[in-house]
Amino acid sequence: MSSQISSPEITHAPEHAPGTSRIWRTFWVLSLLTIIELGLGYFLYFQHGHLSYAFTLSTKLLIAALTLAKAYYIVSIFMHLGDEIRNMIMTIIVPLMLFIWFIAAFLLDGNSWKNLRNTDAGSRPNKTEQHH
Amino acid sequence: MSTTISTNTKWWNGGRSPFNISYGKVMMWYFLMSDAFTFGAFLISYGTIRFSVNHWADPNHVFNAFPLAGHANLPLVFVSLMTFILIFSSVTMVLAVHEGHKMNRKGVEKYMVLTILGGLAFLGCQAWEWTHMITGDHAVLVNGQIEYWGTTVTRNPWGVEVMHNGAMIATPGPIAFGGYFFGITGFHGFHVFSGVIINVTMLIKTRLGHFDQRGHYEMIEKAGLYWHFVDLVWVFVFLCFYLV
Repeated sequence: MSSQISSPEITHAPEHAPGTSRIWRTFWVLSLLTIIELGLGYFLYFQHGHLSYAFTLSTKLLIAALTLAKAYYIVSIFMHLGDEIRNMIMTIIVPLMLFIWFIAAFLLDGNSWKNLRNTDAGSRPNKTEQHH
Repeated sequence: MSTTISTNTKWWNGGRSPFNISYGKVMMWYFLMSDAFTFGAFLISYGTIRFSVNHWADPNHVFNAFPLAGHANLPLVFVSLMTFILIFSSVTMVLAVHEGHKMNRKGVEKYMVLTILGGLAFLGCQAWEWTHMITGDHAVLVNGQIEYWGTTVTRNPWGVEVMHNGAMIATPGPIAFGGYFFGITGFHGFHVFSGVIINVTMLIKTRLGHFDQRGHYEMIEKAGLYWHFVDLVWVFVFLCFYLV
């Protein structure tokens, strides 16, 4: 079945599957990823205070990676970006690469502020590090 | 000189779409990309402030309530419900787009109604959560006196806990917590609200048969892109405010 074309300028229409199995499979993948995220969240909650800083941070990074996987499924399948031609995909994905710098630079800046606060120059408002 | 392509080809002026995709869809994508940077900047700003202080509110303590459950400690439960509502309304939206490709008006109407209901359910949940946050009473030690505070843009009762008269009690935390929470979830909620308005408009246009006359349901696809984006942003809000 060919899709209707909305304008004579457009000659390419992604093939749309006749069934909805791909949509439901994506729904289950998103649900499963969310449940794993929640499981890790509860793990951190119930083990609160028993985990090392590095282990807690790694678990949080794993949750963030699962969130990126969810984002991939939503954008690629629900928003059909994966079905568009490659150049279209690139005009969306390449500018978003700016986020790599954006996140790294600003979070490191925030962390640097925290370190400065806890020096004598920053008057050490909270010398005892809180564990959370 | 071409005679077959004549009147309807002004959009891109070259007679052909650069990415073989309609002008409206490309522009919706570029709008969503700019919106992604807006949300990204908000969330990164929140992360920067959170990284810069020694103590931040623990989401498992702040978001542990559920409607009609009294004071039961249920961390993550309510926000998980909100997440699943939004994922499910994304599924009904993509099913509406699917029915649109098949030119099945009844199917589009059915799934648009379900998507709108999902959006309204999410907004209802958010209204309850905000009300609970603002009106909740939490003991805070302020200048040696115990006061009872809700969470607002000027008050944060989730600071460091200290010993006072033999019991642990919270002190005021950074006021940035409320500002970022209400600012970012509010900006997202406003997107959900405008998405519901767009979806209602699309439902009315579907019922009036506008898309059947036009010969395609591409407007449903464009509304769908916006609606999925709202779900996409929520995935990150869920991560940054509730999970980590």
